Amino acid sequence: MSTQQQQQEPESQESPKDPEMKGAESPQQRRLKDKESGMVDEHAEKEAEAADETVHLKVFRYDPEVEAKQEPRFDDFHVPFEKGMTVLDAVMYARDEFDSSLTFRHSCRQAVCGSDAFFVNGTQKLGCKTQISELEQPVRIEPLPHQEVVKDLVVDMDHFYDQMHAVEPYFQDEDTPESDELEEQRQTPENREKIKMSSRCIWCAACMSSCNIAAGDNEYLGPAAINKAYKFAMDDRESEDIKAHRLRILEQEHGVWRCQTQFSCTEVCPKDIPLTEHIQELKREAVKKNLKFW
Amino acid sequence: MYEHDVIVVGAGGAGLRAAVAASEAGADTAIVTKLHPVRSHTGAAEGGINAALQEGDDWELHAYDTMKGSDYLGDAPAVETLAQDSPKETMNLEHWGMPFSREEDGTVSQRPFGGLSYPRTTYAGAETGHHLLHTMYEQAVKHGIQVYDEWYVMNLVTSDDTDPNDRECHGVVAYDVQSGQIEGFKANNGVVLATGGPGQAFDHTTNAVSCTGDGHAMAYRAGVPLEDMEFIQFHPTSLPSTGVLISEGVRGEGGILYNNDGERFMFEHGYANNSGELASRDVVARAELDEVDAGRGVEDEYVHLDMRHLGEERILDRLENILHLAEDFEGVDGLVEPMPVKPGQHYAMGGIETDENGQTNINGLYAAGECACVSVHGGNRLGGNALPELIVFGKRAGRHAAGDDLGEPQIRTGYGDDVEDDDTDLPVQPGAAGIETSDGVAADGGVTADADGLLERAVERERTRVDGLMDKDSGVQHAEIRSKLQKAMTDYVNVFRTEEGIKKALKLIRECREEYQDVYVDDPSRTFNTDLQMTYETRNLIDVAETIALGALVRTEFRGAHWRQEHQERKDEEWLKHTLISWDDGEPNIFYRPVILEGQDKTYEPKVRSY
Repeated sequence: MSTQQQQQEPESQESPKDPEMKGAESPQQRRLKDKESGMVDEHAEKEAEAADETVHLKVFRYDPEVEAKQEPRFDDFHVPFEKGMTVLDAVMYARDEFDSSLTFRHSCRQAVCGSDAFFVNGTQKLGCKTQISELEQPVRIEPLPHQEVVKDLVVDMDHFYDQMHAVEPYFQDEDTPESDELEEQRQTPENREKIKMSSRCIWCAACMSSCNIAAGDNEYLGPAAINKAYKFAMDDRESEDIKAHRLRILEQEHGVWRCQTQFSCTEVCPKDIPLTEHIQELKREAVKKNLKFW
Repeated sequence: MYEHDVIVVGAGGAGLRAAVAASEAGADTAIVTKLHPVRSHTGAAEGGINAALQEGDDWELHAYDTMKGSDYLGDAPAVETLAQDSPKETMNLEHWGMPFSREEDGTVSQRPFGGLSYPRTTYAGAETGHHLLHTMYEQAVKHGIQVYDEWYVMNLVTSDDTDPNDRECHGVVAYDVQSGQIEGFKANNGVVLATGGPGQAFDHTTNAVSCTGDGHAMAYRAGVPLEDMEFIQFHPTSLPSTGVLISEGVRGEGGILYNNDGERFMFEHGYANNSGELASRDVVARAELDEVDAGRGVEDEYVHLDMRHLGEERILDRLENILHLAEDFEGVDGLVEPMPVKPGQHYAMGGIETDENGQTNINGLYAAGECACVSVHGGNRLGGNALPELIVFGKRAGRHAAGDDLGEPQIRTGYGDDVEDDDTDLPVQPGAAGIETSDGVAADGGVTADADGLLERAVERERTRVDGLMDKDSGVQHAEIRSKLQKAMTDYVNVFRTEEGIKKALKLIRECREEYQDVYVDDPSRTFNTDLQMTYETRNLIDVAETIALGALVRTEFRGAHWRQEHQERKDEEWLKHTLISWDDGEPNIFYRPVILEGQDKTYEPKVRSY
């Protein structure tokens, strides 16, 4: 556990909020659009120019135990650029070649383990799926805001996990039959499609870190946990009783009604999950359930 | 000191399944994992779970395909157990809420995969592993299983009897990554290793950075043989720049491989006249490299995988994740252009030798999942067979560790009178290069102490080792050694292997061992010291890489994924046997045990493997 008690507030807190909410567009669609508008060629040119260049990184450093690092600071690294280089590649290079104490979480390098969400140039991003060529330099890499910093880019995830666990994140059907009974439950392709996006969450905590409400209300379940509950509540394989039980958890004081639809979570989600929409849908479900017809 | 009945090391699919099974069997169960469970590499598996679910298919066909795919190096009792148990285990996942892809009537979908005689791969889009991992973690939460996440297991605690078959495992020593605190974990019933693959021994791999063969190396040094380590699967479709995996599902759905001349080379150059792109993985990986060597590769490096003709709707329905991967990591839009692919290290068929119950030759020590070799995959694993292995053998290991009686195993383990010794001349002295790296748990000698005493001693030893690594002010850093090791393996123990090359690799691995004598940890902090953790991992990688290279050197034939320049045929008379390497007084001891081809009702006769 961290021995550090103070909350680190990274200097740059402004996060670019696009008023038109880009969340509805998939990366695929964005790319096709870019292609039409000639932006892809520009990217290629930029990459070619940068071929012999170095990338300038400004990386947040802090270690409660090491005297020289107790005062938070930014270290500069100049890393040789290679085509296709990601933010994660760059910090790995800096660690392996320049400073082995540079600390961050990472594992799969392909956007499924959810370990390497950082605050990159003022936005929550997965390091492994963010191309360096798309970023303004110097590239500023900080730990996720609103989470206690353990060391360098590593934040304490315990609160995030606690919130995920608070929604009873496991399937609850009436009775799991003896495993020798082969008959599966039925689920329509449409119902599977409905929960598909919610089931893609990789627990990276980017959404939670971007949420102003979660920053101010430590008990707020937050977008990731509510999305997890959505996945179960909307799955037709769970019974109506269980769905009602789930909605009771979600409509409590620090549940769905705390959401003020600022869409920050949806904007930063690396898996393009429509988090805000899921929260709104659960609000509607909660209202429907509570409507009484005397 | 922490104490539980069953301690599971690692929390991917196999570890979680083992923990849930042990917990259901009534054991107080804990998981110790260097990541948080949902970060485990099972989450990156894309393809699916082979299970004979439908009418017209049955477990015997699944077993037959698996034996054939293994190039007759799978043990029939293990293969048949896999085929028999995977349908009900897959259905169990469904009842635990796993979001499988569905047919119109609401039943789970299945699709064709390489080397299968029936479309029996059950899947959830192209992210089956992600859903399996999360579904299993949900069950672990439901069962209230204690998880020590971000605790790195440094060593096993076993008794020190001279004969490894007499040893007993009493627990593990681990350190809390966040605080640096080193503690003992006592296991009253058993320890299950589920630490995943050793892909980081290579530099172009689909494996996560965390796949460093920790379980392999710890079991090996404690006296468990590593089995068939030479059999490394190179997946035919990984992205050239990063090694990120493009699922076999793409070819399963009808994706086509082209060379630079626009030829569908699997057919046009006769690599697999019947199955084409859906021949098994070793066949396709070699075909791709042959094309590149013949000057027909794209940019002399890779080939093209084309799925455009499948149409946007089908791609988005079944392979959407592939579009994102190609887009994010290669800048290619799979809807409008073909994707670049080349073979990448993907899976280790071999591993810690176990029987059908997951048990090793050391009493109380189990292994399951990719780190284990039971063996079901033999010389080559079929796509879609890794995930059922996790759930089938993870469950068995967990239940057995918790004390459930699963019957007498038919597979034997450890050095015994049914083995044959090897007498190959080795180019270098492999194994320990000094006391610092050869702290085999049995090396202390002396009388077997009680469990608590053994634990205390083991904890003390790791604390001293860490102090030594941290106190040193200069020397070699792990990153330098690791990258030298990875390069040696990729250059010389890759898809194509020669005697000369493997010998060069063994010499380079020896150099890595010697350099490791001088390794030091530069980061002085006890808080989240990844420098220290990676230094431990690198030592494990050296041990594992050496067993891979040794196995590759001694097996003078061509079987499954193991191809040797000088030996272009499968030699059944000599080589229907497993390679076993055990750590014996600080050096590897190589021996062999015959393959079991007798199944429940029939014997699997080796046949030419054509597709």
